[in-house]
Amino acid sequence: MADAAIRRPKLPVGSIGHKSFGWWGMMAIIMSEGSLFAYLLFSYYYFAVQYGGDWIPEMPKFELAGPNTAILLLSSLFVWWGERSAARGHGAKQALGLVIGLWLGIIFLVIQSYEWRDKPFTYSSTSYGSSYFVTTGFHMAHVAVGAAMLAAVFFWSLLGYFDKERRAPISIAAIYWHFVDLVWLMIFFTFYVTPYLGVG
Amino acid sequence: MAITNYDRPLDLEYVRPQPTAERDLARIWEREPGLWGWLSTVDHKEYGKRYIATAFLFLLVGGVEALVMRLQLAGPDKRMLTPEQYDQLFSMHGLTMIFFYAQPVLTGFSAFLLPLILGARDLAFPRLNAFSYWNYLLSGLFIYAGFAMGYGANDGWFNYVPYALKQYNPGPNMDFYALGMILFGVSSTAAAANFVVTFLRARAPGMSINRIPVLAWGTTTASFGILFSVPAVSLAFFMLWTDRQFDTHFFNWAGRGQPLLWQHLFWIFAHPWVYIVVLPAMGIVSDALPIFCRRPLVGYTVVVLGTVATMVMGFGVWLHHMFATGIPYLALSFFSAASFVITVPSAVAVFAWIATIWTGRPVLSTAFLFFAGFVVTFVIGGVSGVMTAAAPSDRQLTDTYFVVAHIHYVLIGINVLAVMGGLYTWLPKMTGRLLDERIGRWNFWTVFIGFNLAFLPMHWTGLAGMPRRIYTYPEGLGWSAVNLITTIGAFILAVGVLLLLINIAVSRKRGFPAGSNPWGGATLEWSIPSPPPPYDFEVVPVVASRHPLWEEELAEAGGESSVKRGLRLDNGKEMLATTALDAEPDAIVKAPEDSIAPFVAALAATMFCAGALVLSWIVSAIGFGLLVMSLLVWLWPRRELGQIAEARGG
Amino acid sequence: MRGRDSHVVVALTLALIAPSADAAQGPSPPMNYLQAFGGKAETIANLTWALLILSIVVVGIIAILTFAGVVRRRTPRPATEAERQPIAREEGGLSWITIGVAISTIALFGAMAWNAYTMAAINRSPRDPALTIVVTGHQWWWQFRYKNGDPSQIFDTANEAHIPVGQPVRFEVETADVIHSFWIPALGDKIDLIPGQTNETWFEARQPGVYRGQCSEYCGRQHAHMAVTIVVDAREDFEAWRVAQVRPARPQAGALAGAQTLFIARCGACHTVRGAFAGGRLGPDLTHLMSRRDIAANTLPNTLANLSGWIADPQAFKPGAKMPVLELPGPELATIREYLETLE
Repeated sequence: MADAAIRRPKLPVGSIGHKSFGWWGMMAIIMSEGSLFAYLLFSYYYFAVQYGGDWIPEMPKFELAGPNTAILLLSSLFVWWGERSAARGHGAKQALGLVIGLWLGIIFLVIQSYEWRDKPFTYSSTSYGSSYFVTTGFHMAHVAVGAAMLAAVFFWSLLGYFDKERRAPISIAAIYWHFVDLVWLMIFFTFYVTPYLGVG
Repeated sequence: MAITNYDRPLDLEYVRPQPTAERDLARIWEREPGLWGWLSTVDHKEYGKRYIATAFLFLLVGGVEALVMRLQLAGPDKRMLTPEQYDQLFSMHGLTMIFFYAQPVLTGFSAFLLPLILGARDLAFPRLNAFSYWNYLLSGLFIYAGFAMGYGANDGWFNYVPYALKQYNPGPNMDFYALGMILFGVSSTAAAANFVVTFLRARAPGMSINRIPVLAWGTTTASFGILFSVPAVSLAFFMLWTDRQFDTHFFNWAGRGQPLLWQHLFWIFAHPWVYIVVLPAMGIVSDALPIFCRRPLVGYTVVVLGTVATMVMGFGVWLHHMFATGIPYLALSFFSAASFVITVPSAVAVFAWIATIWTGRPVLSTAFLFFAGFVVTFVIGGVSGVMTAAAPSDRQLTDTYFVVAHIHYVLIGINVLAVMGGLYTWLPKMTGRLLDERIGRWNFWTVFIGFNLAFLPMHWTGLAGMPRRIYTYPEGLGWSAVNLITTIGAFILAVGVLLLLINIAVSRKRGFPAGSNPWGGATLEWSIPSPPPPYDFEVVPVVASRHPLWEEELAEAGGESSVKRGLRLDNGKEMLATTALDAEPDAIVKAPEDSIAPFVAALAATMFCAGALVLSWIVSAIGFGLLVMSLLVWLWPRRELGQIAEARGG
Repeated sequence: MRGRDSHVVVALTLALIAPSADAAQGPSPPMNYLQAFGGKAETIANLTWALLILSIVVVGIIAILTFAGVVRRRTPRPATEAERQPIAREEGGLSWITIGVAISTIALFGAMAWNAYTMAAINRSPRDPALTIVVTGHQWWWQFRYKNGDPSQIFDTANEAHIPVGQPVRFEVETADVIHSFWIPALGDKIDLIPGQTNETWFEARQPGVYRGQCSEYCGRQHAHMAVTIVVDAREDFEAWRVAQVRPARPQAGALAGAQTLFIARCGACHTVRGAFAGGRLGPDLTHLMSRRDIAANTLPNTLANLSGWIADPQAFKPGAKMPVLELPGPELATIREYLETLE
């Protein structure tokens, strides 16, 4: 009967890591946001296939975008380290990882704004410009949201809100941050690499 | 109440006749009285009812729009409406019914019922649920604000470019529609995420994946569909707005944009959307029809698999809305074949329902009549769908009244009839009073006859070549008489809808008290009083079969389910989290208390969009700031929810 | 042609059911596409008929099964407590699903095969088209340009196109503004006019007649008044019509010279009349206006009264149409109409 179905004599109480509803909710949101970027890239490829050859006004350059990609990947690494430290109860390392990740994210945004300034086209030149600025713009907005989440969990870390059990907000912010980085890789591949592979 | 330990020993309890004041569940879960309590409550039952009521309000508005159009079309060469008035009416009618009635009404059923049939005390995210509702209401009001000012959408619900671009459509009509839809997308996405997590993590212990009622499967499958498809239309509307306001060139051919990109993005969303507004309705029938047939649903497993398969395949047939756009032969063949195949899982459901009726002992209640009528209209909507799957025939049928008839068989036949049957079944659970069966019979027959009179002949209107979306038509083309019949049918249907509302109003005062299980249902919601107490379940039920309340009669699983004895969980607002597949207890979760933050956040998001509408960045900035602040209040970790670490060594 | 006869029978039966199907069949059919007047339309109509009959049969069977199931074992009212108990019948129903789905799937595969055959059959014209017409959609009228290897033989007309009987004709469809759809139900399926792309379709007509079509993609306020006429002529008649259309309008002398000047001043900015120095491209080519059956995208029959009324106040007939109300004084209106009468 009832007691037979409930085998464990004790249950954890409250939000615990990946058991928390919040973490699962974030996964659902990530599925949806991932679809959003899939549709943005679908639009890019649709244009590229329709117009072919001269659609891309200028072959993409890597001077800024290459290092910037590395910076974003590095930030993911630090956030991962911060979350792992949280799981082990190392409060200081956890806060450090989060704040370094946060700053690398902000640096990414700054460099990205230079990348935008250097483009010889605008969002209203042709559909390529629209596609480039809206896609990267959406991504920057997501980086900003992720950075705000990192800032919040960093601040809460300083307030001593977390320990190795109670750290669901860190896991939630971290998984979102990794997602935003993964999306950047897709965008980078699409906008910067495929033109050299002969798409568009 | 502070949480002193991460782990708490469990004790199973029988329902206590007189709980201590401190641990009185009603006091823990009840909302505050007054307006403040009304705005800040997070009770899923409250929002379920509000969703349904609001959706019916939109149904009435959209219905009146339809009746006005039907007067214009009752005969040839009528000039009651100007072309622009007619265009706004058919656009508002379509988007109202499809976005602001069909899906939200099912969201209402799910918001109310999902925790009850899963044996939970609330949805996984009660505050998010409140936010979804307010955002839905405000997005509808946003779009209708435009209509009230004379700027209603005027390019159909499908809103094709380039007619929607500024060059051809200079007024703010499209901006109201575009920004309103982005708001609505936020609302439906939030609701979908909520349902998915509730389904996966908040089921009663023992309700393993093969024991979940079909309505929950339908809701969750549709919710996954929303998560994957809504971004396409939100993005398309965002692009449309930037094309209109900032001269981007997504859809403008002169700037190397692509008008057909709109159609791709729109139908990648809108075809799955059709399944999103029918799968939960099919779930309603699959769960409620067996109650009135006095036997379990035939073929539970294949019906569930069919539900999931329909949704998955629903993402692979969008191109059949574009057969006439000059797409290549190969793509045409593939999407045409795929559109045929997608009917197979629907056939599974139809034969499952018929088998359930055939091998059961039907009790001919009003609800049952609606479900039986539903089965027939479902098939009519299905076979006319098959006809449009055939690409050559579709290029004759598309954009004629044949497709109008088809979509109404899908949306009225598969959605409205199921919803009405669902109301006759579950409204007693919501209000505690039964609906009147005599008015119910009149209600069913006027709806059923009016609906079929209006839309069955409309197939012929389409086969006689009448194009859609024309505000008037000449004589002598064989369209006149049949249009008059449709107009008469539409008014009879409207009377039927009114009868339902009258019945609901009458039952509030004079309805027969329902008791906990008026129909002898099998699932958990029938084990608790009607209307349910604020905390839903006194003890967390334990489930050992698919039909916990029919176990004795069915001799199923030896009668092991337990609804009287279980975990009481009264140390604050507590729910049980269970594992995704086997539904084994995993954690005790603290549900959040009431908060005004979701309401404020929805207002702020609407303000943000309103600022964008008039290009007033100050308004948008204030809205954004308000949104951030309300989110901080909403999400700030709280000790009483077990979100903050205990003091070291304390 | 046995198949076609049976279609006529069913079409007539349906016409009886729907008493509004009253217009004359034959040479001037309404827009019903279950009765075809060309090879392509007939191939499609066969498929549509097959699917329609299959659909009606399926709905009939399901309706009977449902009704029988409801009536057969319904619980008497009021039911006793014993009768209301749930009953266990776990096994009985599954064969329904197996058999039902199996039969449906077989029917479905049959339909798919017919569909695939039809798609292949109508994909290309069986013979090389004799004629290519460029169709350009405008809000809210149709422009036709008859292509020809010899540039002097190219001409434009509007809203009414003639084609020769028994010969496939190719249509290249384009749009000048928003999306439209070109559709002559009795002769063939529809094809959308998409900005920035040229779509192609073809059809042939089996017998001379006047075939109505209508724009079938929503295109704005006067979408309802964007009809089109395809006139199918015997070959000699078509050739005579073509030669007449190629010819520019006669230059006018005497009293009508003044009328021509007035026309050019008032109407020439938007309308073309070849041979009269009226070269506007916003509205329909009027060089042979009087040869057409209707005006204003077939909103009104082409009578002198309608013509006068239309020129005086087009917005009264087609609110929102691009043709402005010129507020012409009465004598000017009469003069312009007199000039138009010469455009045969």
